[in-house]
Amino acid sequence: MDIIVCVKHVPETAEAEIKINPDGKGVEESGLVFDINEWDDYALEEAVQIKEKLGGTVTAVTVGPEAAGSTLRKCLARGADNAIRLTDPKFEGSDSYAIAKILNKAVKDLHFDLILTGAQAGDDSYAAMGPILAGLLGIPHATMIKKIEFNNDTIRFSRELEGGLEEVGEVRLPTLLTIQTGINEPRYVSIMGIRKAMQKEMKILGLTDIGLGEDEVGESGSWVRIEKMYVPPVEKQAEFLKGSPEEIAAKVAEIIKARGLV
Amino acid sequence: MSKIFVLAEHRRGELREITFEMLTKGKELAEKAGAELTAVLLGNNVREYAKTLAEYAKKVLLVQDAKLENFNSEAYQKALSNLIQEHNPMLILMGHTSFGVDLAPSLAVSMNMPLATDCIELQYEGGVLTVTRQMYGGKVNVNATLRKAEGYIVTVRQATFPAERGTPANGEIVEVPSPLVQEEIRKRFIEYVLPPPGGVDITAADTLIGIGRGIKDSEEIPSIEELAKILGGTLACSRPIVDKGWLPDNRQVGSSGKTVKPKVYIALGISGAFQHILGMKNSELIIAVNKDANAPIFGVADYGIVEDLFKIVPPLKSKLSELKG
Repeated sequence: MDIIVCVKHVPETAEAEIKINPDGKGVEESGLVFDINEWDDYALEEAVQIKEKLGGTVTAVTVGPEAAGSTLRKCLARGADNAIRLTDPKFEGSDSYAIAKILNKAVKDLHFDLILTGAQAGDDSYAAMGPILAGLLGIPHATMIKKIEFNNDTIRFSRELEGGLEEVGEVRLPTLLTIQTGINEPRYVSIMGIRKAMQKEMKILGLTDIGLGEDEVGESGSWVRIEKMYVPPVEKQAEFLKGSPEEIAAKVAEIIKARGLV
Repeated sequence: MSKIFVLAEHRRGELREITFEMLTKGKELAEKAGAELTAVLLGNNVREYAKTLAEYAKKVLLVQDAKLENFNSEAYQKALSNLIQEHNPMLILMGHTSFGVDLAPSLAVSMNMPLATDCIELQYEGGVLTVTRQMYGGKVNVNATLRKAEGYIVTVRQATFPAERGTPANGEIVEVPSPLVQEEIRKRFIEYVLPPPGGVDITAADTLIGIGRGIKDSEEIPSIEELAKILGGTLACSRPIVDKGWLPDNRQVGSSGKTVKPKVYIALGISGAFQHILGMKNSELIIAVNKDANAPIFGVADYGIVEDLFKIVPPLKSKLSELKG
């Protein structure tokens, strides 16, 4: 089973404060910690577990600048065999469509049975790149996958719907699946893994290497162009409780008591 | 007359709420653009749904086929492509749901129609489509324009637009023959699996303590459980806690978990991704503790505390114990 995993190097923002740049087109990156996109982390783990069970190879691919190399190193250290980083100043400003076009060119001539990627990215949250790539490659896909079982040339999958409901289906290989968080338990990087990763090769390809035109990537090759970023208006303004932790705790206790809940 | 398509979403015997939310928004857009609001219904034995949709839309395009009975993005894409080729809609709305997410991107590629996903607002002016969507887990809003085209596809976030009935549209129902051929489909639907019954029912609790990523370590959970016990409440959580296996999935609040409406919801270390907010924003009283003053959870909370939750929980436990006497 040869598997390609598409990963993205993104800032961790769930626990971080975000500052929007003065031009309103991006966020202040200094002070943010970048790592593999959380959903892709589960996709990589799934790929490595499948390889361990069925044999074959895992190739990690990303589109991103030099710093994104650390995410690929992590993939190699966790069990990927090969890594490809697609990079070019012209890729700047690409949306999920442009990214999918870049990845399509890079993987279409590789041998693969399965492509895995995260169900969405924690930064732009399009949840679209995977199935767009499947569309470009002309292979079937299924999204938000919580379980994978192999059965000859098909995969029986379970995908997450709303309200705790799951859908079981079957798809023919080769296929692309987007992985939902919680499907497995991503492993930690071992010292041995890091050592091995040092010896593995990381391929770097640019715009001309993959044979795309300038206008097919970046902002001009995208469907969506960001005009302005701003802090979301709040639905209702919370009353902020201030003071020492003890004072705040006393206020909270009073509020709860006033509702007759103590 | 140009058309705006709204793809009806149905599952297990009912039209889903997002359908009516999109029809309401679609009507507003159609009136402004002088377009015809058209509901697209793909299914099997669903004429009853078509009648309901005709109360909202000027036209209902109905395609019936056994292969469309349950959602299958591949079969849906084929049927929908056929309708797009015939009607050239200027805009197609579908839900940013497990269905829309599976269908919209590959449809957009094959029809060469620009796509924007998870939109919370959209405007169509002078042939240019402008959308509002969110990034970084709801911490940033983005206004974006789509590349100019004859037709666009937009997936719409659930529970964002109200579902209004308005004056009945008395729409016309047009049944179109199914273009599906058996051997073409590479993906098939097998079955729906319901969450296992039993266990703790967080929807029945008056007091819920919801924990999120800010809890950092599973070893902290017993001390939060103590707080829940003092309050006679129940422990609930956001998605990352279930993903890590720290709490079972019957404790998860949000679009992929439970929708709750307790008398009080205390959110500890939950930043408030919209999937979580959808599940708890109608709680009677919301108290949120988070280190980031700009966390979206404060946008739905009645009371906010910008502080490390571990500094608040211990004194809160003692104050509440005192009050109980």
